[in-house]
Amino acid sequence: MSQEDFLKELQERHPELQKRDSLDWPAFNVPAEQLTKVAKSLLRVFKFDLLTDVTAVDWNDQSPRFTVFHHLYSTKLHAYLRLAVDCENDENPEVPTVSSLWPAADWHERETYDMFGIKFTDHPDMRRILMWEEYPYFPLRKDFPLAGHETEIPGLDQTEKPAEGDDVKVISAPMMGGPFTAPHRKDMSKNEPRAKDQSWSEQQPKPKS
Amino acid sequence: MAKEVSYGDVLQRSNQYSQELETEKMSLSMGPSHPSTHGVLRLQLELDGEVVTKCDPVVGYLHRGDEKIAENMTYNQFVPYTDRLDYLAPLASNVAYAIAVERLADLEVPPRCQAIRVLISEMARVSAHLLGLGAFAMDTGAFTVFLYTFTEREKLYTLFEELTGARFTTSYTRIGGVARDLPEGWLKKVEKFCDEFLPVLDDVEKLLTRNRIWMDRTSEVGVISKEDALAYGLTGPNLRASGVPLDLRKDKPYCGYENYDFDVPVGTMGDCHDRYLLRMEEMRQSVRIIRQACANMPDGLWYADEAKKIFAPPKDKIMNRMEELIQNFMVVTQGPQMPSGEVYFEAENPKGALGFFVVSKGGGVPYRLKIRGPSFCNLSVLPKMAVGNLVSDLVTILGSLDFVMGECDR
Repeated sequence: MSQEDFLKELQERHPELQKRDSLDWPAFNVPAEQLTKVAKSLLRVFKFDLLTDVTAVDWNDQSPRFTVFHHLYSTKLHAYLRLAVDCENDENPEVPTVSSLWPAADWHERETYDMFGIKFTDHPDMRRILMWEEYPYFPLRKDFPLAGHETEIPGLDQTEKPAEGDDVKVISAPMMGGPFTAPHRKDMSKNEPRAKDQSWSEQQPKPKS
Repeated sequence: MAKEVSYGDVLQRSNQYSQELETEKMSLSMGPSHPSTHGVLRLQLELDGEVVTKCDPVVGYLHRGDEKIAENMTYNQFVPYTDRLDYLAPLASNVAYAIAVERLADLEVPPRCQAIRVLISEMARVSAHLLGLGAFAMDTGAFTVFLYTFTEREKLYTLFEELTGARFTTSYTRIGGVARDLPEGWLKKVEKFCDEFLPVLDDVEKLLTRNRIWMDRTSEVGVISKEDALAYGLTGPNLRASGVPLDLRKDKPYCGYENYDFDVPVGTMGDCHDRYLLRMEEMRQSVRIIRQACANMPDGLWYADEAKKIFAPPKDKIMNRMEELIQNFMVVTQGPQMPSGEVYFEAENPKGALGFFVVSKGGGVPYRLKIRGPSFCNLSVLPKMAVGNLVSDLVTILGSLDFVMGECDR
């Protein structure tokens, strides 16, 4: 089956697929409620046997705000395919999981949840994966500042229990230099010019532009 | 007089207390600073005696938020961050990132630039496999191999230093080209390295391949079936060792790989020994590609000269020409100007397919950059394959999977 034949057949079988602008591989918009059905036939009929990536994009002030992207590869057709699924609810975005079809999706979807707060319905193990479990923010959302928010230090990482009333806080953010640097003395926005325009926090609300 | 304790005594006593001697499962946290985890991987294990009954990998200890950082800087400024993804093959990550962004602009780099990129990617592959193999062998107790492979890797790093100015964090590519041309006489040194390297690889092979202890430790340990390997999204040597002949250099040729003559080794069993053999053969194939690239290195420019809004011209041109000075100023301050659109590109890196998903809204800064780290996907199979193995075999399995946490946690 050549690539053109496959695309034609796929669209005949699934008229709900809409072609999406793409600079490289064929791409389709899939309605969230149809995703499981489309994914099933992509795996079983069209032999897209390798799920290489699941991720999301936060469109910030647009609605729908979040779009989940799946990248599939077929070792039979030697072709990539991109699926884009818009999340209907901007506040509590949800998308059906594909981890029962491709177990590879398990970790990718956990990462997407961790970074964007998109829940994958029926996912067997919807936990955070890169950040710690109690972390309250979703760092890759566009409203999360580069300078980070102050949060409680994860309980597991404390070897000694802090004294009563002595709250241990940490700012977990890309610019903070990781676990091997001493706690900073100044605000990140003063140390790091790049974080300057993003230095809003709970104490200092985001300036209205 | 001391009472004589006999075997029967013990048996009798254990029968007597059998209700109290019930065994229970032990939970063990292996890592994040365990030598066999090659970085900061933590395995939350549940053990029955010495047999693993449950394995939950805990990743994220090296999470630096690279994707967030990328959204806040120009395309070229992100190149040094790609060094720190797969920090055992920074050159290959540099190349993969540059090609991904060039796909966005539909930019074709000149043949010399392509050949340089192929050459350095393959050298990076050899150096990454040498480290992976040395550490793998050392984890299972074969210390000598580590000394052999690190000596060779050192020679490669000297070559990298001469080319890029850095041994480890090379940052060699730019969008639309590479940072500088090859130094004079450098290709001769690379060819000399290849000549000296193959006999050493044979020595390593003699030390390991038919070695009784090595066979016992690796063969039929940590078998990943073909179906599992595909289902869990494994790529690179780990996938090919399970018998899937997927190599993006052949399947989706980029950077002119279709002009090189090389074979893709494929395993049959998918056990640790297959993964070891496969990496050995891949190094030999890489040497073949390196030799071809050295012999047929095209002349000409090593950057896309026509891409005025993407590549900042070399220093000697900036200093005495007005237009080039302006061009340099614009590219450095505003970043390489890209059209809007979505591009996903995967390159066959030493650890597997390193993917970049770039979403651009135009301008010099990506709107979103997703990095698909192959080690992240390769580790996701652990909960399935670790069960039923001994803890000591887990060390072998981790060594054979050859992951790097820099690109797993990003």
